[in-house]
Amino acid sequence: MDILNMTAVGLSDQIKAGRITVKEAVEAVFAQIDKTEENYHCYVTIDKENALKEAERVQAGIDDGTFTGPLAGVPVAIKDNMCTEGMLTTCSSKILENFIPTFSSEAVLNLQKAGVVILGKTNMDEFAMGSTTETSYYGVTKNPWNDAHVPGGSSGGSAAAVAAEECFFALGSDTGGSIRQPAGYCGVVGMKPTYGTVSRYGLIAYGSSLDQIGPLCKDVTDCATILETIASHDLKDSTSMERDDLDFTTALVNDVKGMKIGIPKDYFGEGLDPEVKEAVLAAAEVLKEKGAVVEEFDLDLVKYAIPTYYTIAAAEASSNLERFDGVKYGYRAKDADELHQMYKRTRSEGFGPEVKRRIMLGSFVLSSGYYDAYYLKALKVKALIKKAFDEAFAKYDVILGPVAPATAPKLGESLSDPIKMYLGDIYTISVNLAGLPGICLPCGKDKAGLPIGLQLIGDCFSEKKLIQTAYTYEQARGAFGTPFHPAE
Amino acid sequence: MANVISDETIDYVGILAKLELSGPEKEQAKKDMADMLDYIDQLGELDTSDVEPMSHIFPVHNVFREDVVTNGDDSANTIKNAPADKDGMFMVPRTF
Repeated sequence: MDILNMTAVGLSDQIKAGRITVKEAVEAVFAQIDKTEENYHCYVTIDKENALKEAERVQAGIDDGTFTGPLAGVPVAIKDNMCTEGMLTTCSSKILENFIPTFSSEAVLNLQKAGVVILGKTNMDEFAMGSTTETSYYGVTKNPWNDAHVPGGSSGGSAAAVAAEECFFALGSDTGGSIRQPAGYCGVVGMKPTYGTVSRYGLIAYGSSLDQIGPLCKDVTDCATILETIASHDLKDSTSMERDDLDFTTALVNDVKGMKIGIPKDYFGEGLDPEVKEAVLAAAEVLKEKGAVVEEFDLDLVKYAIPTYYTIAAAEASSNLERFDGVKYGYRAKDADELHQMYKRTRSEGFGPEVKRRIMLGSFVLSSGYYDAYYLKALKVKALIKKAFDEAFAKYDVILGPVAPATAPKLGESLSDPIKMYLGDIYTISVNLAGLPGICLPCGKDKAGLPIGLQLIGDCFSEKKLIQTAYTYEQARGAFGTPFHPAE
Repeated sequence: MANVISDETIDYVGILAKLELSGPEKEQAKKDMADMLDYIDQLGELDTSDVEPMSHIFPVHNVFREDVVTNGDDSANTIKNAPADKDGMFMVPRTF
């Protein structure tokens, strides 16, 4: 039995049926990690000893009937911006190089209650600021489909770990596309739920009004199952929503008859790679053949989403990252002889260039004299963008488009021109501004063999429509495979 | 429309952001910020005079609960992460 080729739900079924032990599953993953991790570098921290101990505890829980759920026994990876009690949590930054949280984030606790085994923490762009995982203080992650290319970001380590079969699924976080875009580049399924669906408690904040945690995994069934497990109403997150429709797996239905799908013309204009365009439109054609009603429409505010996002996210980041001051945890600069100097040196030595760039921009747009012209203006455009989506969803159940203008860029090509890198977020970013759910799944490969991502966007609280549409497409498409288990 | 960031502005932002930039870093920051502001200025093309700023997508209300301690005292573990501590307190360089 080839354990690594299984989905998370498939593996858990085998474990609960007694055909595989949790220890065998964990050892299979570590055998793969031994083989591939040195090259791909998906993880910042791997805790094998703890994982093997956890495997025993979880196995006992499965045997005595404590863990009966669909993810029991599954080895998983967690993005390194989610607190894990007793396990190093760095946000891929020097400033948190030695931070060991005393508590776990709510999403991680929800997974642990379901009986998963945590393998370690995945690499990311520093503080989730970046689109390639190259801003990590701990080195770059490589794309398992082609190691000359980036895995995307900021949840690049999570996406690459799933594609490299170095875990069965991973958690990521998405502030402007940071789950969906790396999922697209690495040929896995990634979903950002409606804002407020998964608790942000214990997620180290970047842009609090935009951040959401979500799954990166092998197929849509895993995606719905993981989301159902991590979503919860949490009083420790004041933006957490109380929802009574978290039974996402009920939407795993192979049927899109009558589903109204809108294709924004503005998502297929200048700057879109022709191979990506062709693959995404072919996916739309598949859904049409399955009975969906597919139509084009205008969503011309999309070009304003990027400047809006970078204003709001930088503003929130400048405030959220004030807590890193060398007093309570993390790195502290040496030899400062007074407090204020210690703050400044700690932050200057502890943060990387992209983080500093965003903190400075955020401090500027919030400063007296510029607040109205920049920050308030961005909040007004955000309202316009939300309204444009409201109008679209009055007509359509789902919006379909690419996740990124091209497939994964080569390593080392993106960081020199920040604005060009930011433009790569054009199709994902407005989803965060409007609080919407979005899912990305693979819909083909380019000539170089790199995966192409299809993005489906839904109205707030309509994850089930996304899951149903994605599942129907996936059934028609067939298995996508990984670099280690290519589809037939 | 091109923005020019002066030395005074970048020094002021450095104070707000609590960052100490080296000479070359400061020059780079001036250029990067001017480029970003040029880019952000395209929002000026949109008429937002009748638009209410939207900070949250959903109506957000304060979430209140009774003032009862629920998380216990974990100060001994919390202080373990501190770069310097003394007698169960965070230790910092002199403040004045």
